[in-house]
Amino acid sequence: MIPFYIGATLVKVLVVFSATLLMIMAMTLAERRVSAFMQYRLGPNRVGWGGILQPVADGLKFILKEDIIPDKADRPIYLMAPVITMVPALMTMAVIPFGAPLQVGEYMVPLQIADLNIGLLYILALTSVGVYGIVLAGWGSGSKYPLLGGLRSSAQLISYELAMGLSLIGVIMITGGLTFGEIVAYQQETGWNIWKQPLAALIFLIAIFAETNRLPFDMTEAEQELVGGYHTEYSSFKFAMFFMSEYANMITASAFMVSLFFGGWDVPFVDEAALGNLGVGLSVLAFLAKVGFFLFLYIWVRWTFPRFRYDQLMRLGWKVLLPLALANVFLTGLYLVWKA
Amino acid sequence: MATVVRTYEPGYWDKFYLPAIARGLLLTLVRMFRRKDTIPYPDIKYVPADGYRGLHRLNKDEDGRIKCVACEMCQTACPAHCIDIVPEPAPWDDGGEERHPAKFEIDLLKCIFCGFCELACPKDAIELTEIYDYASFSRDDLIIDREGLLKVYDITSMGNIYERQNRGESIQIDTGNL
Repeated sequence: MIPFYIGATLVKVLVVFSATLLMIMAMTLAERRVSAFMQYRLGPNRVGWGGILQPVADGLKFILKEDIIPDKADRPIYLMAPVITMVPALMTMAVIPFGAPLQVGEYMVPLQIADLNIGLLYILALTSVGVYGIVLAGWGSGSKYPLLGGLRSSAQLISYELAMGLSLIGVIMITGGLTFGEIVAYQQETGWNIWKQPLAALIFLIAIFAETNRLPFDMTEAEQELVGGYHTEYSSFKFAMFFMSEYANMITASAFMVSLFFGGWDVPFVDEAALGNLGVGLSVLAFLAKVGFFLFLYIWVRWTFPRFRYDQLMRLGWKVLLPLALANVFLTGLYLVWKA
Repeated sequence: MATVVRTYEPGYWDKFYLPAIARGLLLTLVRMFRRKDTIPYPDIKYVPADGYRGLHRLNKDEDGRIKCVACEMCQTACPAHCIDIVPEPAPWDDGGEERHPAKFEIDLLKCIFCGFCELACPKDAIELTEIYDYASFSRDDLIIDREGLLKVYDITSMGNIYERQNRGESIQIDTGNL
């Protein structure tokens, strides 16, 4: 008989993992449908009921396609790169709390796989590992456009990680903790962080767009200049893995954003604990709704704005966001001193 | 010649980009709910404007007889040489037309749908219809003969075929066995 806490964790891992994959599938469809709607088109609507089986059809197609490895590719690196991108993208979901603690018999099960005491650092570290996948894919393809895409990506991610990390410091300063549990609990007591750290929230939002390589910061892919960027030479399911990890990263980033600035699973004006397990369900729905909004925002922004030029991107990162994030840390410090 | 030079000076708020970004996002959001331009084709068919030049037909008169008198004017006018007519004496003997096409074939793959045959016809016998979606797996099927052209008249003479199909009427356009 396995102990209850191990069994509960395994179930949570399974649920979070499959939910993430399902959301990735839903996102690929949503991306195509929303973009179509914004351009007065209908988008894919024929597979399944109103097109909802389109991602399955796409996935099958990816599996059945021929897998080509270029002669000039550095085979081990070329084969490793999609895995290195995909795994951290899925791993980061482990520390995100997605609901109020669930009452199962006499146990309280926190709806979070692991409440690490360095939860924020864990996510930052893993997303940085994900960059290796992109850089290695660019290098291992043995082709110039992927290499350029990989280089751009590394430069971009390093630039925006600074601003992102600094914008988090403001949140850490007011909550006084690095764990997601603490941050969400703090927001439940005193209101969402967006009201206290609006500047940090804005910087963070811009930075995660850059970190996930989405328009208007998709320098790594930049079809017009780089053919397809780092995944030009990838085909079949290896390409699908890059594609899926991009969406997995978006989901993580949205969940991260929600947990830090929008109260995590907190339902405004409702005391979840008083409602028992109904409140838990409500909190999970609230979390999904909030994450869903940010995922929609990703798509919405992508189909509204053109891409930045590379120098503009760098200027925005280093000359605007970084000083602003520093100023935010300074102002938060002043506020804390004044309060004390 | 005078040239109009338009310059753009960003105002104070423009330099933050955020108001412009919000306006842009609002625009795409509103546009999302507009009527879509896509026509889901096999389910709903595009209705061409009047005067569209599609598949040909041979008209019939009030007695249901073919109007064509095999004068070969259309064949002469045709720049693509896609019409092939063989005349014969009319099979009826009641004061109707004396000439009659024994064979009236149009090679639809050669036809350029210019409508000259329509203009040349002294009897308003040949006409171009609104039908655009006939396709086939063989070249032979796309040579339409006299009976086929008369059948096209039967299905198109009761009003626009696509409007009727969109209303749910089932009408077969079948060049294959025409």
